[in-house]
Amino acid sequence: MANVFTRVGDWVNERAPGLMPMYRKHMTEYYAPKNFNLWYYFGSLALVVLINQIVTGIFLTMNYKTSAAEAFNSVEYIMRDVEWGWLIRYMHSTGASLFFVVVFLHMFRGLMYGSYQKPRELVWLLGMLIFLVLMAEAFMGYVLPWGNMSFWGAKVIISLFGTIPVIGGSLVEWIMGDYLPADATLNRFFALHVIALPIVLLLLVVLHLAALHEVGSNNPDGVDTKHGPKGNRWDPKAPADGIPFHPYYTVKDLAGVGFFLIIAAFIIFFAPTFGGWFLEHDNFIPANNLVTPTHIKPSWYFTPFYAILRMIPSFFGTAFWGVLGMFGAIALLFLLPWIDAGKVRSIRYRGTGFKVALMAFAVSFIGLAMVGAGVIGELALDWFPADATAAENTFGRVMTFIYFGYFVFLWFYTRGGREKTKPVPERVVFDHD
Amino acid sequence: MTKRLFPMKKIFVSFALTVGLIAGVTSVAAAEEGGMPSAGTNIRDTASLQRGAKLFFNYCVGCHSLKYVRYSRMAEDLGLSEDEVMKNLNFTGAKFGDPVISHMPEDSAQQFFGKAPPDLSLEVRAKEQGPDWVFAYLNSFYVDPTRPVGWNNTVFPNASMPFPLWELQGIQTAVKKEGSDDVEKLELSQPGKLTPAQYQQATRDLTNFLEYASEPAALQRQRYGIWVLLFLAGFTFLAYLLKKEYWKDVH
Repeated sequence: MANVFTRVGDWVNERAPGLMPMYRKHMTEYYAPKNFNLWYYFGSLALVVLINQIVTGIFLTMNYKTSAAEAFNSVEYIMRDVEWGWLIRYMHSTGASLFFVVVFLHMFRGLMYGSYQKPRELVWLLGMLIFLVLMAEAFMGYVLPWGNMSFWGAKVIISLFGTIPVIGGSLVEWIMGDYLPADATLNRFFALHVIALPIVLLLLVVLHLAALHEVGSNNPDGVDTKHGPKGNRWDPKAPADGIPFHPYYTVKDLAGVGFFLIIAAFIIFFAPTFGGWFLEHDNFIPANNLVTPTHIKPSWYFTPFYAILRMIPSFFGTAFWGVLGMFGAIALLFLLPWIDAGKVRSIRYRGTGFKVALMAFAVSFIGLAMVGAGVIGELALDWFPADATAAENTFGRVMTFIYFGYFVFLWFYTRGGREKTKPVPERVVFDHD
Repeated sequence: MTKRLFPMKKIFVSFALTVGLIAGVTSVAAAEEGGMPSAGTNIRDTASLQRGAKLFFNYCVGCHSLKYVRYSRMAEDLGLSEDEVMKNLNFTGAKFGDPVISHMPEDSAQQFFGKAPPDLSLEVRAKEQGPDWVFAYLNSFYVDPTRPVGWNNTVFPNASMPFPLWELQGIQTAVKKEGSDDVEKLELSQPGKLTPAQYQQATRDLTNFLEYASEPAALQRQRYGIWVLLFLAGFTFLAYLLKKEYWKDVH
């Protein structure tokens, strides 16, 4: 047997001599810092979820009907009549939410350890593009079941483009292909969701990893292992603090994947709607343009940005400022490598101001998510029944201020020697974990 | 060696946090319902599902369809034979593999009630309070001569549905608050065939059946789920041991 494998291997190598060097470059001879902690699992987990979404998505398309008249019924058909259809659908819907869980944590890791700083700006930019495409992908996927929240969510989000001066109105009609989200909208969203955006997503993921492997991974100490001391057990020219990605990080990530799957399986099998957060009650009602759901709100992963939109008031008779704020909140993340001029990467050695600001930023993000999901609105009704809207707006605007304030603060704090950093060690701290 | 213990500890901590978060979210969602008593349903109680199905096919199917539920699938899940279903539950002459469709034509239903009776396949899932809402609704009808069909409901005010279960529950009348039109509580002014406790159990069974109908797969996922979790726990433990073994030589 072994002989057969060797011969097949030789046969392939003779005809594609570049394959093995590529495998070595990205796996067995990619030297990753040995001090990765818990925060470094989320990249590989995102990849696992992406593969899950593609595979379950393929099986869903085999039974889904792309038409406003049939879409809702076909989803229930999948849930009831297709063998294991319920499992495939729950894996896809739970996967969508968990995708954002791991991506948010992956991005926060980048903020904590300065993974966006020089020389990894391109890795960060490609990652942000992935995030942007992922949001479009998730939004369009959410419309496909054609439930009432699909319909009204689509209507509200698409009508945001209507606030753009001059071209807004015609742009909205152009996006929907109708005056309301309708059959034409559903069909084009299906096309974008199942083929156009996934291709872009996969390409960006490949580029994200290629860019990363060019400059090398950051680590919780923010130490530049690639340009540090040389020589490890495997290679005298490789970074002293690096270990081969395969097998060390493949087995480590395998354990992480197992642990993650336990959580995912618990949700899929025992709480697939996750209390109305992953699958909303109103989406078990077919799309109906005459019946508006009591609370129209986007899926939980859009709520922070949706809250910014809602909290910024109209000026000069247009609500465009809220839309600008919402997209600005994402655009500023793109610019982070140039906003943060800090000399030190990791939060472990950065100034107190940075630590406080990053915590405030995280709190504002969660606070905005709660505003967008309507949780704060309900609390405000209980605590300040006299003026609940004002209470919610005050809270939401403070959170919005903190969110944007983080970037302004970072700009000033990291310039003119204001940040008092701790000395960064020359080698990574392996015990720190 | 202490080094090795730390990640394990962190894994346990993060696992505990995640489970806590899930429990928290679920309980917050449950607490939000605000005062609606728990329906106390259990879709694994097959006897209750059978009693609920009997009620549904005797009192509800005249107006309401379950268009996503097939007689055959229901028979399988409720432990009934084809004969039992076709004789005792199927009164419309539908085939065994057909979905449960009410005989009432939609346009005349619209005329009778002002609104066609909704399909109930997903009723439980479509409500934020789920089965609790349906259970409370079925227990909250009262006589109201001002309404076209003579009935009103405290859970769904001005519902256009008449109350077919009245012969079981009896007739409830509303006790209004002093100088107001708000209903304070409902009183049983004429007893029905069932005692109040029996009626509550009957509506619990009916709610249970509708909960099953809204997601028949729930029976399967709960049955398989535990084995999947056990497998994954074993897999993760082995993967962790593998990681430990490989990482022995990393210092």
